[in-house]
Amino acid sequence: MDRLLFLLATGLARGAIFALFALALVLIWRAARVVNFAQGAMAVVAVYVAFAVTGLTGSYWIGLASALVAGGLMGLVVERGVMRFASHASPLSGVIIAIGVVMVLQSALGIAFGSNTRPMEAPFSESPIVIGGVPVLSPYDLFVLILAVGLMGVLALLFTRTSLGLQLRASAFAPEVSRLLGVRVTRMVTAGWVLASAVGALAALLLVPTELGLNPHSADMLFVSAFTVAVVGGLDSPPGALIGGLAVGVLISLVTGYLGATVAPIAVLVLLVAVLLVRPGGLFATTEARTA
Amino acid sequence: MSADTNARPAASATPPAGIEAATPSPRTSGPLTTSIRAPRERRRRSTPRLLVTALVLTLVAIGATFLLDPYRNYQFALIAATFCATAGLTLLIGLTGQLSLGHAALMAAGGYGYALTANALTDAGVDGVPRFVVSLAAAAAASALLGLLLGLAAARLKGPYLSGVTLVLVIALPAFTSVFSGVFRGDQGVQIAYDGVPEVLRRIIAVEQWQAWVAILVAAVFVTWLAALRNGRAGLRMRAVRDDETAARLQGVRAGRVKVLAFTASSVTAGAGGAVLCFVTQSVSPGAYTLAFSLLLLVAVVIGGLGSLLGAFLGSIVIVMLPWLIQTATGALDLSADAAQRLTGNLPVLVFGVLLIVVTAAWPGGIRATLPKRLFSKRMPRAAAAPAAGPDAAVAADSDLEPRTDSAAEPIPTTTER
Amino acid sequence: MSHAPTRSAPRRTVAAVSAASALLLAMSACSTPSGGGDPAEAAPGVTDDTVTIGTHQPLTGPAAAGYSSISAATTAYFAYLNENGGVNGREIEYLVKDDGYNPANTQTVVRELVQDDEVFAILNGLGTPTHTAVLDYLNQNEVPDLFVASGSTSWNQPEEYPWTFGFNADYVTEAEALAQYADDEFAGQSVCMLGQDDDFGDEFLEGLENVLGEGSLASVQRYSVSNQDVVAQIGAMQAAGCEVNMLATVNGFTALAIGTAAKLGYQAQWMSSSSGGDYVTLAGFLGEAAPLLLEGFVTTNYLPYAPGNEWDDLFRQINDDYNDGAPFDGNTVFGMSVGYLFAEALAKAGDNPTRQGIVDAIASGDLVGNGLVPLAFGSDSHSAYKGVSITTVTAGVQDFIGVTYVSDGDGGVEPYDGDAVPLENDGVPTS
Repeated sequence: MDRLLFLLATGLARGAIFALFALALVLIWRAARVVNFAQGAMAVVAVYVAFAVTGLTGSYWIGLASALVAGGLMGLVVERGVMRFASHASPLSGVIIAIGVVMVLQSALGIAFGSNTRPMEAPFSESPIVIGGVPVLSPYDLFVLILAVGLMGVLALLFTRTSLGLQLRASAFAPEVSRLLGVRVTRMVTAGWVLASAVGALAALLLVPTELGLNPHSADMLFVSAFTVAVVGGLDSPPGALIGGLAVGVLISLVTGYLGATVAPIAVLVLLVAVLLVRPGGLFATTEARTA
Repeated sequence: MSADTNARPAASATPPAGIEAATPSPRTSGPLTTSIRAPRERRRRSTPRLLVTALVLTLVAIGATFLLDPYRNYQFALIAATFCATAGLTLLIGLTGQLSLGHAALMAAGGYGYALTANALTDAGVDGVPRFVVSLAAAAAASALLGLLLGLAAARLKGPYLSGVTLVLVIALPAFTSVFSGVFRGDQGVQIAYDGVPEVLRRIIAVEQWQAWVAILVAAVFVTWLAALRNGRAGLRMRAVRDDETAARLQGVRAGRVKVLAFTASSVTAGAGGAVLCFVTQSVSPGAYTLAFSLLLLVAVVIGGLGSLLGAFLGSIVIVMLPWLIQTATGALDLSADAAQRLTGNLPVLVFGVLLIVVTAAWPGGIRATLPKRLFSKRMPRAAAAPAAGPDAAVAADSDLEPRTDSAAEPIPTTTER
Repeated sequence: MSHAPTRSAPRRTVAAVSAASALLLAMSACSTPSGGGDPAEAAPGVTDDTVTIGTHQPLTGPAAAGYSSISAATTAYFAYLNENGGVNGREIEYLVKDDGYNPANTQTVVRELVQDDEVFAILNGLGTPTHTAVLDYLNQNEVPDLFVASGSTSWNQPEEYPWTFGFNADYVTEAEALAQYADDEFAGQSVCMLGQDDDFGDEFLEGLENVLGEGSLASVQRYSVSNQDVVAQIGAMQAAGCEVNMLATVNGFTALAIGTAAKLGYQAQWMSSSSGGDYVTLAGFLGEAAPLLLEGFVTTNYLPYAPGNEWDDLFRQINDDYNDGAPFDGNTVFGMSVGYLFAEALAKAGDNPTRQGIVDAIASGDLVGNGLVPLAFGSDSHSAYKGVSITTVTAGVQDFIGVTYVSDGDGGVEPYDGDAVPLENDGVPTS
């Protein structure tokens, strides 16, 4: 019973991270109609940058800022440098190129830093606060929740209340018309990538201290979970990403806590397949096209 | 991709045309339905030819093992096993456009099917050829079953969703073996009894050569089957579905069924590959079928050229030999142990990643596209120069039912089969 | 306009064959077919002044923590040995290959070592799941498979695997010793186990139950190396009220278990297999809280890792001189002890060592080693150490407490008070 509360709370915190990362995937999908399979690897690069910067300066917060910057930069580089060569006629080529980017990034990190896992310190304690003898939530988890939800709120505001957000949305949904209206569509798409990558980098940065440590493959499972979240919530839907993220986070936490961490990937797979069988476009998706 | 068909309206009007005719264009009329079915004469002619070519190449490959030292033979066996999987994968992606990132999991299904059956048979006192054949059949059945399930789910899914599901599957593989560790023995994997060289041959060949022979034979059987599948009606339907699913459906092609069939067929060969790997290494473990390996399979088919069996073979050679080459090269340099280890582990992956990006963006036909379209035509000199050493090289060339030998190149650099 | 190609089958077949042959001639040009060798005659890997041996180690991956320093230590010892004349006039060359604790990689690197690099023997292959994958291969190919770095009892099967010899005290004996110690010191408290989900965990469990009785453990949990989260397992142990926790874990997971328990506010007496019990390695994981979290941590050792011991002093010296001043811990002593034992065996194999010869030398039981308990090699025993000594961590220092057990050969252990093996000839074996 004690464990239940602890697992629920941890699950929410973990779920907030998944939601953030899924949001990154959703942003790129909406901007460029491609699932960015390289999101995890790009985020890990940013985390390594943060790790190095924190090592040099001793400050977690400077490291966090540098992770955001590095993440955004990665988005710019990958989009402008690589993804725009993907053929638009075939959706496959985008995915294949993204896989190529993953391989390049992870191996480059391995060559530069080595593949051994480096423990990363969290800025706050990870031991749970005990209320009435029951472990509830650790200060770090609280920090994660606040930061993630806060950021999502900021992004929601950005998209719905600002002119930039309007342009971003317009470029995603109706690029030709937006061009006619003077929106710099290519620039908006790039901006979408930059924003999404920064968000993804933050999510990964928040996640790594809770694991054994940082290595080039740290974000693989994060990508898989976030992809599931994005699918469950619908690749088109940011609120779906939020709800889906929290739900999946709690699910995985409960499964890990009661059945063991080994079962978690199976749970993710089962959830993914179940949702896709019922609603091939995701739970909250808008119908794109009718097939025969 | 539909632009391909629009570029050649004239060709698609006449019946026993090449394969492109099968892709229906709304503007043509008349014998569209009949053109979906490959002309009977062509089908009947190509199957015996296919078998003969396959037989010859298999014999050549077996002969080659006499010239190679044990380690090369071991690598040859690995290449043959990988070829089983990449052959299926290249047809799956190239012919039906289903990008599976988790084919390693299907190989694993075959590997575990083989291992568990072999152990059961060993306990029952069976060994030798019967044990191998039955276990191989079990492996193919296991992977076919998994492929069928996956294919059924996949048929409803579009592009990235399918890729995502297969990705999650291969990542979840160690979880399966750990959760059901009573059967699958977790990370340690399952070991099988050693299959030595049969008595008859023991004086002539060493064990690595024997294993290479077995691998080559299995690859020959399964890949020839795939080629026959591709040459026939099923292949036509797959291409129809890939190029324009809606139009294919209008022609009466059951798109879902075709995709499932393709998935299952590629799973069967992947399972055979996994079984061969298990046979060669006497063990199967989740560590042998990681996400990284699955991505390597993708690299192999993309580099070789999507949809081409010859390409799959060349790609398999690349992914088995390149890491070894890099390791030998870094060993020759005088580096600290730490630096050498970082390089040998990561440099092959880096190279593959770059190749993947470059080939997809700039050179979508892969290696196969750089070879002459018609490897073996009346113009002999080019044929002799082509390095067609796979068991199915000529099969691939022959079965490329290209409509023309000298046309302009395919207009759009998409994942078209050559 | 397409046309049915009018090609002739024979011409194409000829073309295929000629092209294929061209490629294969090229391939065979860079390979040299070799016949097999009679183990008693030709000795691969042995020249007039070198002996080349190889190993597979987890230099990367989830199990690398701690273990990656073992091969460096062995290499350092060989460097020291080579500078002091080698063995019978030959220098030892040690090829270390990384398998990342992945049995599939072990297959490949061991084949490279045997077929490509043509080593004389495989020394100290590390890991139960990894080495199990190559056990058959090495014995089928009659390659000496010496001093496997794992406590599995699989290496002690002289009938089935005559070329394989273990090194670690086996997990059954080790668990029996720890269980006996728990019974002596913590009688009446409930005992539980967290073990790796392979032979390592299975055999450890067997040993515990041999002494404590079958079904006597309050909770038995397993973990998989590929999954770095043990919250569920520790939570279950806490819920079962476990007071003495036995760990059959690799270093990283020992730290993970203890760290997770601390997070859950769970106190217990922790006892671990020597494979995952090195204090320095664990402290690296647990950081500043290490002395507190590991206070009273019990593990075993059978090698002379204690300040003041003459072997320890020698190894520290070698470590400083030949190992770039790497940290000195239990893994360093392990690596160097393995090197010493191999050198001793090679010396006993004579002036013209052969594969059969070195195997016979070990099975003769004449080797002495450098352990706290005598070596147990013989024609019917391929196990090195059949006993262990208990160590405890007090105020951040891990040291022996003077309690040693050896196997009584009957599913249990008895106390041992014999002497450790003394240092001879500065650690350079003579034949």
